Amino acid sequence: MNSELAIRARGLSKHFGSLRAVDRLDLDVPRASIYGFLGPNGSGKSTTIRMLCGLLTPTEGSADVLGLDVPGRANELKPKIGYMTQRFSLFGDMTVAENLEFIAEIYSYPSGQRDSRIDELLGKYDLVEQRKQFAGTMSGGQRQRLALACAVLHHPELLLLDEPTSAVDPQSRRDFWANLFRLAEAGTTILVSTHYMDEAERCHRLAILDHGVKVADGAPQELQLNTGMTVVEVLADDPYQAQSALIRIPLVASVTQLGVRLRVLIPESVDDALGLTNTSLQKHKVTAQSRIVPASLEDVFVAVTMKPGQRAA
Amino acid sequence: MKSLSRLMAVMRKEVRQMRRDRLTAAMIVGIPVMQLLLFGYAINTDVRNLVTAIADEANTHLSRQFVAELGATQVTNIRYRVGSTAELERMMQSGEISIGVAIPRDFDRRVTDKTRAAVHLLVDGSDPTIGGIANQLREMSIAFATGATPPKQRLIEVRPYYNPERRTPINIIPGLMGVILTMTMLMFTAVAVVRERERGNLELLINTPVTSAELMIGKVVPYIAIGLVQLALILVVGRLLFDVPVRGSIIDLYLAAGLFIAANLALGLFFSTAVKTQFQAMQATFFVLMPSILLSGFVFPFDGMPIIAQYIGEALPITHFIRITRGIMLREASLGDLTGPLIYLGTFAVVATTAAALRFSKRLD
Repeated sequence: MNSELAIRARGLSKHFGSLRAVDRLDLDVPRASIYGFLGPNGSGKSTTIRMLCGLLTPTEGSADVLGLDVPGRANELKPKIGYMTQRFSLFGDMTVAENLEFIAEIYSYPSGQRDSRIDELLGKYDLVEQRKQFAGTMSGGQRQRLALACAVLHHPELLLLDEPTSAVDPQSRRDFWANLFRLAEAGTTILVSTHYMDEAERCHRLAILDHGVKVADGAPQELQLNTGMTVVEVLADDPYQAQSALIRIPLVASVTQLGVRLRVLIPESVDDALGLTNTSLQKHKVTAQSRIVPASLEDVFVAVTMKPGQRAA
Repeated sequence: MKSLSRLMAVMRKEVRQMRRDRLTAAMIVGIPVMQLLLFGYAINTDVRNLVTAIADEANTHLSRQFVAELGATQVTNIRYRVGSTAELERMMQSGEISIGVAIPRDFDRRVTDKTRAAVHLLVDGSDPTIGGIANQLREMSIAFATGATPPKQRLIEVRPYYNPERRTPINIIPGLMGVILTMTMLMFTAVAVVRERERGNLELLINTPVTSAELMIGKVVPYIAIGLVQLALILVVGRLLFDVPVRGSIIDLYLAAGLFIAANLALGLFFSTAVKTQFQAMQATFFVLMPSILLSGFVFPFDGMPIIAQYIGEALPITHFIRITRGIMLREASLGDLTGPLIYLGTFAVVATTAAALRFSKRLD
């Protein structure tokens, strides 16, 4: 076992009947880092997280979390991890303070320090005023802060966050990520799943999942540099017409519209990607300006989730 | 030690949530009181004042005396006097009367004739209890002042033990206790686990160090207390409003009730682990509740049921509990007299709890 790794999984698979929700996943998550799972709904993010905390038994493969084999030693693992479910799962008919107290009791937090720990968390997660408010009546952002406070109350070594920001506004998301960075700096390992590109970009490392298969793995910048694609940005008067023109070129891997701009992915094996684009646009009498730009994470995502031979428009 | 404090935490949470759930809190008190009032006042198998019409075609001194005695039984409420049997039939068909008494022209002569009935009683057989009551009228002795026939010596005399006044609440309430406890205990626990599953709380809980056993026991214990409170409520209201006695030991009654509550809670938990939604949990509850009311001996005598129905009845905890409550409350029996039903309830509780614990795992698959 490598003590530098918080999670090490090999060949992890989960089948639900004929569906391969997770297919032979290898995973190395270094300690004290934020590791992201990026993928659309149904790509196997939640299933993987549930296998890693012992809620689901893998069909095949093995996983070692914090030096413990799961699901075999999941019971020993529970006190060491914090888990935030995709859905708000705290008790809506109890107040913020009561929820925190319950969690403290369940984790056998030393009773002498319980109150001070709860006060500390209320302050840190900006919930002092909501102390006596019923959790069910709070806003999405407040609920999410409470869920995070509950997940970290017992100082877990590893935090598993399953789409934690899917129900909150952008400001709350930024604050939430600031909290995550603070936790990672203090030594907590964080595994977070998301379908937001901007969130994925903030992770130290990232795995992109598609239909249960890991299609890319690395630091976000690294992934952006190694897409294997040239990205041409096209600003056209008539984006629709431009798109129909470009998609006809056999060498173009994909054309994605972002407002008035088009992002055209062309494999790096093609020498003059810009020339190819301009020629095609002129041929179809589309007025447009094109330039080569660095790949964004979204481009990476489009590039790696494309099936061989399939072209996305 | 850690386990005990986790258990306490789960129990505290349950009580806290229960207090805030107004509907549940209302049901804890509302269901027993309402059922007691409904069953206690509305159901009365000791029927009196059946609306009666009389067609006295004889109209003699003797027939008038007979009618007067019929009225004195209080079973009948003689409201109409008509001319003919045909008219009695018409009134019965229209539902105006439950009993028609036809006294033939030769009534006086028939009274002395042992081979022929003196009076014809028309009874509305569409209502089962009226038929039974009218049968009692057959027993009416004909002690006529004429002394033409001496009162016949009866072969059998009925002495109703334990309930000499034949008051229905005394028969109903010990059984009703079982029905109320089955209903509330089963309903609360059947919903308990599945509600947390629906609200997503369970996914959080199973990721904490809390064990299945702590979770199950922590959920059940507060309800045992509630069941015992309900029992006290039923006993007090039964005593105050219907004068239902507890002739045996009240401690015995509480011990037996504790066992019965545990059996029901265990069954409820098992349902809770087996169903997916609160609605299904309710359906499962009613699936048990209906036979519990009909096949337990609560309403219909156990011995009169077909053998298959008896087997089903024997499987239900309530059947055994009703035997215990009737024994302790009315017949002054002690737990020692009731070992059979007690053993069944204990076994049932253990088996159902084990089944629930086995079904509930801290996994999602």
